[in-house]
Amino acid sequence: MDERGRERLDARIDSAGREGLTGTAPANMYRPHHDAEQVTLAPDGRPMELQPAWRNDFPIDWPQDHYVERRDFMKFMVLTSLAFTVGQFWIAAENWRRRRRGQPEMVRLTSMRELPVGATQVFAYPTEHDPCILVRSDERTLVAYSQKCTHLSCAVLPRVEEGVIRCPCHEGFFDLASGRPIAGPPRRPLSRVRLEVRGGDIFAAGVDERTV
Amino acid sequence: MSVHRPFTRAQRGTIVNGMLAFVLMLVILQLWLLTATMNAYLGGDESVIWPAAAASVVCLALNAGLLRYLYHIERTRQ
Repeated sequence: MDERGRERLDARIDSAGREGLTGTAPANMYRPHHDAEQVTLAPDGRPMELQPAWRNDFPIDWPQDHYVERRDFMKFMVLTSLAFTVGQFWIAAENWRRRRRGQPEMVRLTSMRELPVGATQVFAYPTEHDPCILVRSDERTLVAYSQKCTHLSCAVLPRVEEGVIRCPCHEGFFDLASGRPIAGPPRRPLSRVRLEVRGGDIFAAGVDERTV
Repeated sequence: MSVHRPFTRAQRGTIVNGMLAFVLMLVILQLWLLTATMNAYLGGDESVIWPAAAASVVCLALNAGLLRYLYHIERTRQ
């Protein structure tokens, strides 16, 4: 190699550098010792690969600047991709934790006598941070749902006489009988609390989360 | 005999644009996967969680591979 990084000419006609060539010049004879398109020159005159990283990241010519900004944007997008993948595994971990918790215990809410037709009651189930609503829509029908709207978790309010549950934040409406969304931004039904009536007492016996 | 010809700057510009388009499509796919999985998880549907995580890992591997190749052609331009 000479001082410019090029291979010295090998005099032998069968040398590797001459393989496939009809002339006597090696393949890299006229290869420039620096990138001819590299307009950015450092003040000390050394090649760009020997310069500190910041000088390569802030070139002075536009084409190189466009290249660097696209490369860095791509790097940022790959980091975003990593974040989304971490998010997927976070969901998987949360799901594992939820499965480990299992179904909540049965809790007494009230009695049929204390809840007249058309009345509603707010309760917390399965934890104190999970507000729910219990509605007695007619003599024999009891329904209970999570009070958190499936849009943005605002507290929903039942309108028994209209047969709907309304979210006042964004005018979302759910069907009182099924908990399914019927108008507004919510797309998922309200989580349904399973109820059991034993000896006139009403118990919450679990939560059914639904996608449709 | 193959002569090693490094990419010119114009070629590298085209390559990075093409890679960026591909990476953006994959990231949008991952965003959709994440929102769909979150919706399913909140609705109690567990069946999609692990397949979606696997698909997201594949997308990440493709993206990281493309970025690695971009740095590779940048290192070998001289």
